[in-house]
Amino acid sequence: MRPKHQRLTLVAAALLAIAAAALLAMWGLKDRAAYFYTPAEVAAGKAAAGQPIRLGGMVEMGSIERMRDGVTVRFRIEDGQARVPVEFRGILPDLFKEGSGAVAEGRLRADGTFAADNILAKHDERYMPPELGNQAAGHKASETLDQ
Amino acid sequence: MIAEAGLAALWLAAALALLQLVLAFAPAKLPGGTAPVRSVAIIQGALTLFALAMLMLLFVRSDMSVLLVAANSHSAKPLIYKLAGAWGNHEGSMLLWVTVLGVAGAILAAFSRRLDERTFAAALGAQGALALGFFGFLLFASNPFARLDPPAMEGRGLNPLLQDPGLVFHPPTLYLGYVGLSVAFSLAVGALVTGRVDSALAKAMRPWVLGAWILLTLGITAGSYWAYYELGWGGWWFWDPVENASLMPWLAATALLHSVNVLAARDSLRAWTVMLAMVAFSMSMVGTFLVRSGILTSIHAFAVDPHRGTFLLALLAVYVGAAFALFAARSGRLSEGPRFELVSREAALVGNNLLLTVILGIVFLGTLYPLFVEAATGEKLSVGAPYFNAVAGPIALVLALLIGVGPLLNWRRDGGDRLKRLAVPALVGVTVLLIALFVIPGGGLLPKLGLGAAATLAIASLLPLAGRKLRRTPLSTWGMVVAHFGVAVAIVGMAGSELTTKEVLIAARPGERITVGPWLVEFNSVSPAAGPNWTALEAELRASRGGGVAVLKPQSRFYSDPPTETNEAAIETVLSGQLYTVLGKPAEDWRWQLRLWWKPLVTLIWLGGALIALGGTLALGGRAWRGWRRRRI
Repeated sequence: MRPKHQRLTLVAAALLAIAAAALLAMWGLKDRAAYFYTPAEVAAGKAAAGQPIRLGGMVEMGSIERMRDGVTVRFRIEDGQARVPVEFRGILPDLFKEGSGAVAEGRLRADGTFAADNILAKHDERYMPPELGNQAAGHKASETLDQ
Repeated sequence: MIAEAGLAALWLAAALALLQLVLAFAPAKLPGGTAPVRSVAIIQGALTLFALAMLMLLFVRSDMSVLLVAANSHSAKPLIYKLAGAWGNHEGSMLLWVTVLGVAGAILAAFSRRLDERTFAAALGAQGALALGFFGFLLFASNPFARLDPPAMEGRGLNPLLQDPGLVFHPPTLYLGYVGLSVAFSLAVGALVTGRVDSALAKAMRPWVLGAWILLTLGITAGSYWAYYELGWGGWWFWDPVENASLMPWLAATALLHSVNVLAARDSLRAWTVMLAMVAFSMSMVGTFLVRSGILTSIHAFAVDPHRGTFLLALLAVYVGAAFALFAARSGRLSEGPRFELVSREAALVGNNLLLTVILGIVFLGTLYPLFVEAATGEKLSVGAPYFNAVAGPIALVLALLIGVGPLLNWRRDGGDRLKRLAVPALVGVTVLLIALFVIPGGGLLPKLGLGAAATLAIASLLPLAGRKLRRTPLSTWGMVVAHFGVAVAIVGMAGSELTTKEVLIAARPGERITVGPWLVEFNSVSPAAGPNWTALEAELRASRGGGVAVLKPQSRFYSDPPTETNEAAIETVLSGQLYTVLGKPAEDWRWQLRLWWKPLVTLIWLGGALIALGGTLALGGRAWRGWRRRRI
């Protein structure tokens, strides 16, 4: 190979690698990204059953119900417009409580229950998932309006 | 006065960074060559170190008239966390970042002797330009020394998740790695300015790349173990954006580490290496932007402040834009150096670089995709393990196989004779794969392929030592072998624990017995416990397996400042793996939630990481030793 050809080959290989990465990423992201939905959006039928999603809102007051096995819990996540029943088997995060913000990761079952694999709660004053931050602000605003 | 002294040192250092930039690119030739620029860089580094020391002093003294201390510290905190708490927050960690940048510049100025003067001066100028921007960010958008008037009575405390020995080592190690790459970036810029990209540049750059890469490897490995035991989720990698932010510079640095060797040994891959040096530190800056802007959901997101994000994004755009514009303008003039054939060590290293680039691209796009989508459509989404494992995993395994091949090839041209030696490792790999496929039920294809690839690599990585006199083999060769073997060990850990982990989630009464894997766990009691700034409920678990007995005490801790609960997992490490136990919440009927994992092979993940870093250290030490001896003779 002449030096010039070698250089061209290298440039072509680099471009090919970048293109391959972009294509693979696009292919992988198409059905592996988990969208974030609010209960209202779920109620409107935006989230398909079986698709991994994140569901965020407030844990409805009085909705937490513990199952007999001691490790399964059911509750509802609401956003003032709609609510979605959630079932979770595992250890709840420390700051998970009624009337407080939470994000559930998992998928919607055909019966409309959300099967959560993981629950994220507002961690402390300074750490919270940004989605939840926006939402909590919106929620407070709507409460103020109600009064 | 301490805060004011620290702030003054920062302003002075910023002024010196500007001076460094001006002196380096001054049109008129100054008397004394590079000596003035060198001195300025050294003083600037000393000033940043002084400023960081002042901030740590403020934390130790719990000076509540300083906003940062009041917001993040507490007088009742153990001393070690007061010290480390200085960087357990946004402003302090940016100060640490800038300090590392300044000190790296100072060390470069003080010790580098290999380069021609003009390239060297230009590199110091570039380092000054980098420092200037980040000083600006610190002084105008993240002042760590801001006062609080009137002073607070007491501080708000440090997030208990951060009150861990991990905080003492993890951020400084990672930052040394991140920012150590800035020197490679500056040297690349300097060489582009003067057009002198040659093996002298590579030899000047190599110790920095190697050192930064070792620290990144250690930082990532330690961070992974920290998350594993501290979060109580039993996972060792979450594809959290901040983890990805440390992985991306590591991937780029790994590629750079290999191509800089080609440039040093063969004077080949010139433009390529310069490009990678720029990409590597750009990834460090991207990572800093992602973490410090709080733009992505993450445990590391301290606070969301759009101004800071914009400031950092502007800095990122300026530096990356300028560097790549320079590359576009100058790289055409670089000649490509000696040729090599398609089957050669160089070609294998190009293959390594390309695969690492593809993985880097996949991680980069996956990490930033949520941002793009939200900016474009307003929709929120997250990208996690399913994407990264499925897309990057198979490519990583191809790379693992290539690692076994490359070191057996000669520079420039190879007949492929030594490749015949790969028959044994290949056969072993296929056998392991078949056993995994037919013996282990379920668990997915990727981890099984991983076991096969790791078995092949474990043997192939030792082949470069075959037929050599081991005592006369250079340390750098040993380093390569150890690091490559470490990759195989880590993959066995990842794939093996994925395939064989046993998990039990149960609500149990004291006195009950639980079986997990080969362990019989007796749940004895739950009782209160207390530490300096926390109280806890502590379970006592007596785990037995064959003859061995272990007592584990997982805790559920309550911290008062700020009020937080955390789970402290209790872990029993044995030769074949770890028993990982977490105490959950009380359930009805006097029961307690318990989560138990038996994780065979999991320790190999971090052992592999440590071996990789050790390999790097051997290579660095070997080269330093030889250089020192040569100078003595």
